[in-house]
Amino acid sequence: MSSPTSTPGGRKRGRNTNPSTPSSEGPTSPPSQRRRGQDSSTGDLMPMPTSPATDMLSPAAPQDNSLLSSPRPSGTNLLPNEVDMSSPLMYGTPSSRVEGTPRSGVRGTPARQRPDLGSVRKAPQVDLQSEPPSADGAVTSESNTGQRLVIWGTDVNVGTCKEKFQRKVMVFISVVGDPVLNVNCLHVQSFDAELYRQLICYPQEVIPTFDMAVNELFFERFPDSILEFQIQVRPYNALKTRNMRNLNPEDIDQLITISGMVIRTSQLIPEMQEAFFQCQVCAFSTRVEVDRGRIAEPSVCRNCNTTHSLAIVHNRSVFSDKQMVKIQESPEDMPAGQTPHTTIVYAHNDLVDKVQPGDRINITGVYRAVPMRANPRQSNVKSVYKTHIDAIHFHKTDEKRLHGLDEDAEQKLFTEDRVQTLKELAAKPDVYERLSSALAPSIYEHEDIKKGILLQLFGGARKDFSQTGRGNFRADVNILLCGDPGTSKSQLLQYVYNLVPRGQYTSGKGSSAVGLTAYVMRDPETRQLVLQTGALVLSDNGICCIDEFDKMSDSTRSVLHEVMEQQTLSIAKAGIICQLNARTSVLAAANPIESQWNPKKTTIENIQLPHTLLSRFDLIFLMLDPQDEAYDRRLAHHLVSLYYQSEEQIEEEFLDMAVLRDYIAYARTYINPRLSEEASQALIEAYVDMRKIGSGRGMVSAYPRQLESLIRLAEAHAKVRFSEKVETIDVEEAKRLHREALKQSATDPRTGFVDISILTTGMSATARKRKEEVAQALKKLIQAKGKTPAMKYQQLLEDLRGQSENAITKELFDEALRALADEDYLTVTGKTVRLLA
Amino acid sequence: GFIFNNPNSGWEAKAVEFFKDHLKEKDAHTWVPSLNDVPLHYLKPNSLVKFRCLIQDMFDPEFYMGVYEAVDPSTKAKVLRCGKYKDVTECGVRSLPNTVTAERQTFYCVPIPGENPWVKEISSSCLARVVPSTSYAPTRQKRSYEEDDDMDDMDTQMQREPHTGMSCCLSPQSPTEQHGNGDCKRRETEAPSSQTAPASHLDLNFPLPGEKGPSCLVKVYEDWDGFKLNDTLEVFGILSVSPALSALADKKDASSSLLDPTECMETAEEQRVHSPPASLVPRLHVLYAKPLPHNNPLLPSATLEDNSAFLSSTLSEMASVRAELLTFLTPILLGDALAAEYLILHLISNVYSRRDVLPLGKFTLNLSGCPTVASYTERFYQIIQQLVPSSYYLGMSLQNMNQMRFVPKKDYSANRLVSGALQLARNTSLFLDETQLEQGQLDTAGVRNVTALGNLITWQKVDYDFNYHQMEFPCNINVLIASEGRSLLPSDCQIHLQSQITPPHMEEYLSSIHVHPQASQLNKFRMYLSVARLLNYSISDEVTKSVEDDFVDMRKDDPQSISAEDLHRMLVVARLLSLSLGQTSLSRDSWLRAKHIELLRRSRMEQHTCVNGNEP
Repeated sequence: MSSPTSTPGGRKRGRNTNPSTPSSEGPTSPPSQRRRGQDSSTGDLMPMPTSPATDMLSPAAPQDNSLLSSPRPSGTNLLPNEVDMSSPLMYGTPSSRVEGTPRSGVRGTPARQRPDLGSVRKAPQVDLQSEPPSADGAVTSESNTGQRLVIWGTDVNVGTCKEKFQRKVMVFISVVGDPVLNVNCLHVQSFDAELYRQLICYPQEVIPTFDMAVNELFFERFPDSILEFQIQVRPYNALKTRNMRNLNPEDIDQLITISGMVIRTSQLIPEMQEAFFQCQVCAFSTRVEVDRGRIAEPSVCRNCNTTHSLAIVHNRSVFSDKQMVKIQESPEDMPAGQTPHTTIVYAHNDLVDKVQPGDRINITGVYRAVPMRANPRQSNVKSVYKTHIDAIHFHKTDEKRLHGLDEDAEQKLFTEDRVQTLKELAAKPDVYERLSSALAPSIYEHEDIKKGILLQLFGGARKDFSQTGRGNFRADVNILLCGDPGTSKSQLLQYVYNLVPRGQYTSGKGSSAVGLTAYVMRDPETRQLVLQTGALVLSDNGICCIDEFDKMSDSTRSVLHEVMEQQTLSIAKAGIICQLNARTSVLAAANPIESQWNPKKTTIENIQLPHTLLSRFDLIFLMLDPQDEAYDRRLAHHLVSLYYQSEEQIEEEFLDMAVLRDYIAYARTYINPRLSEEASQALIEAYVDMRKIGSGRGMVSAYPRQLESLIRLAEAHAKVRFSEKVETIDVEEAKRLHREALKQSATDPRTGFVDISILTTGMSATARKRKEEVAQALKKLIQAKGKTPAMKYQQLLEDLRGQSENAITKELFDEALRALADEDYLTVTGKTVRLLA
Repeated sequence: GFIFNNPNSGWEAKAVEFFKDHLKEKDAHTWVPSLNDVPLHYLKPNSLVKFRCLIQDMFDPEFYMGVYEAVDPSTKAKVLRCGKYKDVTECGVRSLPNTVTAERQTFYCVPIPGENPWVKEISSSCLARVVPSTSYAPTRQKRSYEEDDDMDDMDTQMQREPHTGMSCCLSPQSPTEQHGNGDCKRRETEAPSSQTAPASHLDLNFPLPGEKGPSCLVKVYEDWDGFKLNDTLEVFGILSVSPALSALADKKDASSSLLDPTECMETAEEQRVHSPPASLVPRLHVLYAKPLPHNNPLLPSATLEDNSAFLSSTLSEMASVRAELLTFLTPILLGDALAAEYLILHLISNVYSRRDVLPLGKFTLNLSGCPTVASYTERFYQIIQQLVPSSYYLGMSLQNMNQMRFVPKKDYSANRLVSGALQLARNTSLFLDETQLEQGQLDTAGVRNVTALGNLITWQKVDYDFNYHQMEFPCNINVLIASEGRSLLPSDCQIHLQSQITPPHMEEYLSSIHVHPQASQLNKFRMYLSVARLLNYSISDEVTKSVEDDFVDMRKDDPQSISAEDLHRMLVVARLLSLSLGQTSLSRDSWLRAKHIELLRRSRMEQHTCVNGNEP
């Protein structure tokens, strides 16, 4: 397997060498240039019938060597970044080259080129003990003396590297599905930090070595298995770089992983790997590898010595698939006030068409920089490099969102320091108060509302009972704020929307049902129907802020029923039927129907929302103008201070928004509290107490939904404390907050009692009782009138009013009529009331 | 400059330092010709120029050869050259071991949108005063780019320039008259500049329609994270107009081989946008960039704190200038002095801080009751235009609302941010003329535009459209809405014009108010408005207390009379009122006065409500 050095350094391009045909050596011996993957599925070529030359493939064992490219060591300028990366040529798994006698399994399986690694040849290896210039010779004896050999320009030793990787594979990897082996770089690192470093720094050399190792291992174990092509190793999750913005010239030619969003994909580009030339005179054919995007067209036919007789035959040339993918920084990674960066990614072979515009992906690949030529005929060069990433591995981060939680995507990386800061903060006894006051500091007081929103930001613990058929339990807390206009409800919503990473802000006035849910649209480019998701789906795992909730049309509101309890969204449109996840917390704000909140009316009457929807809110707060002097004074002080405090003072007083954001993200990711024994007991007691309050007066003051709310709130409070256990104090606070909210929103203005039925049935128990009384009175009145089958509506109302001690409103009368109609006692047609039967 | 080619001598930092020091010297910046005022073809390539601009877009960072090896043509020896501050290297295609790759950032900059003619006039006359108009023989135009070796003596030129004064031509003659040779003509046809052919094939992406002036690719070498989109800067840098740059974009399809993987990937659109012809969009390699707190050329360039003499003299004059300005504005507002007062407050308003999402200090004024005859609003805007450094008139006609692009949008195929009318520099006056609005239907784009205006007014932010997501950019724009009735847009403060003119005489009156004040008076107003905006402000504990008491008392009498929102507004009015009088802290008097004018305004609104009856 030696590569004689008779033609030193003329071309650094490695070429297949076949020891059995030594005559083929040298730059003028194109017949020896053969594609290793000739019998691979992609490049299935007809054997050429006529040519006498040695480039014919005869699938005999001795020629198997030719499946492999051999490194062509060249003297001086093979720095790692120097190795040509612009023209992906063949890549041969070096395994059988290293092994003197190829194994049967390896032999039978075609290697597949790896254009993702750019240079197809392995770089030359040098013996550490010999001088680099003599590397030409050193490479020949590689595998025997292997231990001291390193790839030129790197410190990668093939033998050690291979062995380490094989051991690693044994440790970490068990099953292989496709002939592709995805390797988590973190595992490599925990196995051997040195190997990891080499992988990151010299991916172009190390990954082929991994390939070699894994193929040897595989065919050793399963010598008879048949694969489409040899196994390729695809590392992912390299820690080197996470953010596109941090890429810098030092990352060139290193293995990097960055996250981003796909914004554009090109069409499939067939990229010529090898050109096929045929002589017009004697039909002699020859192949020329594409070198950095150029084909060295042979000017003389070697067979018949005619000049300029060779013509390219396109359909016998070899092409590989390639696609340009443009990715853009994810919005979360960006500093404020800057525009997102973009990077070009080239996907090769089976990675083509793996991603679509709009996908959030983590991409692992090799970062490349290529100089730009200003003009091919000119010596001047634009002093700028074009950069791109050759993709090795794609990981879609939002792929699983349709089905479940994707832990990887949710995981935000926190530095040690940050975690420490957060934990210190969590250890403070007043962390709950601190955080709630850090929330929207420009809004004055409304402590309980802020606390409620804080708990909403943390959310309850997600419970999955789908195994037992009960489905997922909602973990998200929904909150409704109602109150007078101008009580900074919108400001609070804006704040929350700006705080959470996956927040959506929409106004009930402007949004339609489709804007909230999803709609089907024809893509202007592809003419395909695509599903565009609306605010609720987009805020999956986030918070959907809906302003002017009361202005929303009924049809829009009805969509929310499903979302707010089942947390899914069913769509049946234009042939697309699906159920999307919408595990979103809803934070809504509603204004009273009258311009001011009428304290004499119930919540339902004030905001005119269907009670079915209201009961889905865990907490309903009233934001009212308290109209009290002490409050006014504090408010005035707060506002004035807004206008003269300097920014530094503000910073000192309150927690930074970034800290708050990280705190919430950390708790949401890592803290998953469970109910303790005492806490469950306390919850049960609380619920029983709530039921008891009402039972004395013939009212129900709590429903199971309220118990669920309590549990969620208690869990959220435990999360605030970074506690893995829900304790009694959490339940206490949940109870308190729930009671506060109820006191505000479910107090019957007629009796002054808290009455949950206002929210659950839309009517307080007293009102219901009253309705029945009026109905009975009306019935009596009609019966007293004797046999009159038809009565005037107006007349009846006046009679009833005259008879009753209490004031009878028209609505009350109508309701009474309706109740009687339900009993099939009478019917109302226009202005006449008819008795039935 | 051989020493410049030695990468280790630290010359680079020294040289940049040298320039920065010189540019900080008094009036030093006036030596440097400005791209804003001097047509591009009069400027010497590779010379030091300045550019007053707004960062419209940020391109991806680019890697370039920081140091590279080249062969000296005379001695055949290998020399190391520095690739900083230039676009084209003259080394061979091979990258050599000594090459150092470095990173720089490109910003796409446009002249400050809506900059008013008086600003341009004054800043260019400043320049002409210092630089004598020497005749300048443009050597560049006689050479073709192949033999252009200006690069080599760039370093020495740079050294020379600040001392000798820039040679540039400011004579009004046209280039053909002055250098009537064939080369000149050839150049004109080769690269049509914006004056000769308004670049039909290339959209220069100005935020506002009808804008002129060069846009520029500004290359920043350090601390680019400190720059934000829509920042206004004065950039000092080396002009690069090498035709080789544009050649890249033009010849693309002809000669580049299809097999070159790096070149067939970018769309033609992207190439056009990112490598436009250098004659149209020159490159500027930044030595020093200065953020501009304002673009009023009448103000001294040093900050107010550093210039106490100027500050104290202006402060003492402010009250009298204010009175003068009031007298000037009152007849324009149909004799309504209260409205004129509010207009002054509006013109000096400024978002000075943000508390979480709440912008503080904004003061959007809705001037209702504007007469619709004799194009009153246009005339009114012309006056505003005379007073503020940058402004934009937006007629809210249905057509404009439905068709104009307000919100910048990312164009992914060209990979750039397509600008919109709301991409404005800080403290730009946006004049919304609602009297132009007629009945009709707003389409989707129109609704989106109205929402964008509403967001701009309420939160002082614009949500840029990135197709897959939106991104929020804070802004600081003074919005003035002129309308007949109450505006459909939100506003911080509405004042109904009380015309002292009877309707039959309106037209006559309006045509007579079209008076131009004296330039000196105008300049006084301009200075006044800009300075008032830059002042610091505080409230003493004592006054805080009395404000609180006032609020509590007012609430006690009638809780409905004043809400938290009203207090917010009164505090802003008090702040602006104090600043307009040159007082940097709130006095009891100013507070009472603020309360008083608010009372007047509110009573007028109630009056108006009664008359109109259809207001809620």
